[in-house]
Amino acid sequence: MTLTELERVDGEAGNFTVSLRKHPRYVDIDKCIACGRCVEKCPRQVRDEFNRYTDSRKAIYLKYPQAAPLKYQIDARHCIRMRGGRCAECEKACPRGAIRFDDSEQQVEVKVGSIILAPGFQPFDPFELGAWGFGRFRNVMTGMEFERLLAVSGPTSGNVLRPSDGKPVRKMAFLQCIGSRNYNQIHKSYCSAVCCMYAIKQAMIALENNKDLRISVFYVDVRTHGKDFERFYDKARQKGISFHRCRVHSVEPSESANEVCLRYMTENGKQVSENFEIVVLSVGMETNFETTLLAERTGIELTPEGFASTSCFAPVATSRPGIFACGAFTGPKDIPLSVIEASASATAAAVRLSDVRYSQSHTRQFPPERKTGEEDPRIGVFICKCGSNIAEVVRVRDLARYAETLPHVVFVETSLFACSQDSQELIKKRIGDEGLNRIVIASCTPRTHEQLFRETLKASGLNECLVEMANIRNQLAWVHSSEPEAANAKAMDLIRMAVAKAALLEPVPAVSVRITPQALVIGGGVAGMVASLELADQGFPVHLVEKAAQLGGNARHLFRTWKNDPVPSYIETLSTRIREHSLISVHLKSTVFDAEGFVGSFRSVVQKPTGNVAVDHGVTILATGAQAFKPNEYDYGLSQNIFTSLEFDKLHSAGDERILNGLNFVFIQCVGSREPERNYCSRVCCTHSIQSAIALKEGNRDRKVFVLYRDIRTYGLREELYRRARELGVIFINYEAHQKPNVVMKEENLEVIVWDHVLHEPFSIPADVIVLATAVVANPETKELAKLYKLPLDMDGFLQEAHVKLRPVDFATDGVFLAGLAHYPKPTEETIAQAQAAVARAVTVLSSRWIGLDLVKGRVDENKCDCCALCLDVCPYGALAVERERLDAGAEGAAPKQKLVVRAAKCKGCGFCQATCPKEGISVTGFSYRQLSAQVRAALDCG
Amino acid sequence: MSEWQPGFEPKILAFACNWCSYAAADLAGTARMQYPTNIRIIRVMCSGMVHPGLVTEAFQAGADGVLVMGCHLGECHYQDGNHKAKARLAVIDEMLSLLGLEQERFRLIWYSSAESERFAAVAREVTDVLKKLGPSPYRRDASEYADKGIIQCL
Repeated sequence: MTLTELERVDGEAGNFTVSLRKHPRYVDIDKCIACGRCVEKCPRQVRDEFNRYTDSRKAIYLKYPQAAPLKYQIDARHCIRMRGGRCAECEKACPRGAIRFDDSEQQVEVKVGSIILAPGFQPFDPFELGAWGFGRFRNVMTGMEFERLLAVSGPTSGNVLRPSDGKPVRKMAFLQCIGSRNYNQIHKSYCSAVCCMYAIKQAMIALENNKDLRISVFYVDVRTHGKDFERFYDKARQKGISFHRCRVHSVEPSESANEVCLRYMTENGKQVSENFEIVVLSVGMETNFETTLLAERTGIELTPEGFASTSCFAPVATSRPGIFACGAFTGPKDIPLSVIEASASATAAAVRLSDVRYSQSHTRQFPPERKTGEEDPRIGVFICKCGSNIAEVVRVRDLARYAETLPHVVFVETSLFACSQDSQELIKKRIGDEGLNRIVIASCTPRTHEQLFRETLKASGLNECLVEMANIRNQLAWVHSSEPEAANAKAMDLIRMAVAKAALLEPVPAVSVRITPQALVIGGGVAGMVASLELADQGFPVHLVEKAAQLGGNARHLFRTWKNDPVPSYIETLSTRIREHSLISVHLKSTVFDAEGFVGSFRSVVQKPTGNVAVDHGVTILATGAQAFKPNEYDYGLSQNIFTSLEFDKLHSAGDERILNGLNFVFIQCVGSREPERNYCSRVCCTHSIQSAIALKEGNRDRKVFVLYRDIRTYGLREELYRRARELGVIFINYEAHQKPNVVMKEENLEVIVWDHVLHEPFSIPADVIVLATAVVANPETKELAKLYKLPLDMDGFLQEAHVKLRPVDFATDGVFLAGLAHYPKPTEETIAQAQAAVARAVTVLSSRWIGLDLVKGRVDENKCDCCALCLDVCPYGALAVERERLDAGAEGAAPKQKLVVRAAKCKGCGFCQATCPKEGISVTGFSYRQLSAQVRAALDCG
Repeated sequence: MSEWQPGFEPKILAFACNWCSYAAADLAGTARMQYPTNIRIIRVMCSGMVHPGLVTEAFQAGADGVLVMGCHLGECHYQDGNHKAKARLAVIDEMLSLLGLEQERFRLIWYSSAESERFAAVAREVTDVLKKLGPSPYRRDASEYADKGIIQCL
């Protein structure tokens, strides 16, 4: 349901009635084939909001080229017809009659058990704060606009040009924290969490396009706290991008219309004014009016900053039971965390509904498959005109006649739209009537339509692998319309290539794997505990393995989350629930020491104090945590008054006298983090220290508290803590990596010497207590487990997910998921969200009894394979193995025969084996050497 | 062999990865970008599945140029197929000299699925280069070009 708005929610969790208002699209999405003819004819130009108004679109349009569903819509505010004019150009141009000028608004009611809110954010509009010249100078733009400028599909095809005159840019600047961390002017104290990273990314792309470009970034703190972000930041500095710690207060005109002037302070305190050709304002995120309205309509609470109010222990649950939220709506965040929260909210929404799973779905039935193995190929070719999209360039009738002359072709037909329901029925009928056993569809792209035709084959009793497509629309008619003669010749080539390949297609039986509906969770910290409970609450038995004698992991050393929720009682509740849950078996003082199998059917051996147990499980969740770094600098271990953050917390809460009576406290940040040997940000330490600093100040206002930092990284809504600490008089002093503070042990007390950036001289701070904010380091034992399950680690020893952004809790190996600190340092609420996300991904496997596998897989030709095993090394998934088998029982004493086998559940059909094999002993279904070779020869008309 | 011959239309084969260049070629269509018709795309799941033998076969069967298109390094759908393709197809250079063909006839190119404009631009550029290079002596119709004195027969 696109173009739809929520109006009302009645009822309660498990039984909501939601009233929706569907706005008219004026295009029938069942008919629209996204051919774009309407756009060609539409006379109305409208400025394109997707390209941030930097170029134009039509009144009938696609919001962007990858829009889903890929269907056009009419912008009624600009359409001539909708505004009372007489135009109907799109209606005339549309080959499918999809235009519906009489489309109207509809009210829809749906009954649901849970609701997930993911309304996103809007970028801050700097126009309201005139200071940066946005809207006044043409070359001042927001980060969102600059992003479009860098996009290859954007208005300048990815070239960085000055909007004022279209000339290439030589010098540009980024201004950070525009619309973020600005309480005084706009009452937005929070940090938008993504802008530092997007600015650095944009700067790097711009630099790649133009090596001579000079780029300056003006920042308050550089917040590259995500996985691998710190290294990217370093790389940016090495590439020559200059970073200035300075908040530029305004953008001023310069003598040239193509430049603006920035005035700023250098690190040495000198005031400089410099001209730049483009100034990018790195705008932050905010909640828009519609989202506030949505919160009101759903009856959920918002934070003072306008984001959905959630607790650290239920990061995707809103204030109203049964309604969940994810993404930037719960606070500014980047893509990986948004994707994690999306999966987490799916889990949260599903737990309550698990007993009615599949009660409203039905499975499609197909007729039994016809055996075609022995038959000679009888190829049917169906050529689509796609209205006139193809027919306008390709002489379809000639093409059909040509197809008839090709080997093995026994039937050829053309249709107006091969994808339409009636054409599908007709293809089904022809397959039966003509006894076709291979099908070639010449139409659009297999990327969008192959699945549809595969279903048609299945419905006709043919194996779905017996279809091949010739892409004569996207890769022919549309791109060669200016050369119709050559295009027609090429169309013949494409049909010939498809027919040549089709003749060699082979039926492949569908493969499915039985699922053991049970999970193994390794690690009994917060991540492991949450994952176990959420799985068990959905009815799946869980084996939870913990190496220590009790559950809780690192959280046992924590007291409060940054939102002040008490951690110990939470851990206690989780442990009690786990102990009492009938579906969870807890294995304490245990480790996993052997594992085999694949998605759906793993077997792992758990070493327990009482002996070994084998556990069968369909999925594995790794939540093996991390460790606190033990420092060897700042005289740690030499004084009774120097602690790590965790040690300090314990003593503080126990009322230790050193802290109770202490008056001078110094926190040193980045101890062990952001160092050459550990070049990442530990993400939690800034917030942790500031929280402690606030507690110290609130305990006694006379205390002097100093925080020595490199960049304060209280990202997102945590920034409020930083503001509060400053209000309370906590003193923050910046230091650089090459000029670290010095701890001097004196007889009566300690002293910390740090370079003062205002006075430009060393500054000495007497200290009763020094707290070292130490790094979070990878758990060395994770390495062994990673080996067992064949999972990759990153260079810092953390588990490497399948895709940093799109698959943040998956591995390339199916059926294994990750959560918590084993992935990267993170605070409690992110750990919990990630555990819930891992559960959502695990349930996609566990909730079926069988899992159907993709058919594009390696297959061994035993007549050709000689088991040289070259392919074993290149397989990235460990899907190949050489097995020994005995000859006939009669052949006593015969040497065992070797055989190459493909473990179908692990194979993903990449074909590296095929490209390595010197004998065509292994090939990928639908892309075998023979099939590709037939295409090559057909393309060159070389039989 | 170095001058462009009017009337000569090179035949170019492109092994295009399903996740990047093939998608970019589709997108080029959606945007109605125009490029020369010389390129024939063969869809593969990954540049890492293209056996060097296939490339050799294409040249022996008379292709004037062969392209293998994969995802940008570091962006492979199957971890590192493009790296494998790069390592494996290094042998093509050697094979080309054995066949007596110019190195410019083969290219390994990286794309993302959004780079439709680049797909079209590369198609134009490669066609241009091959037109200037002239027909491959392995073409079935090579003798016609030899008769005109454009190339030497093998």
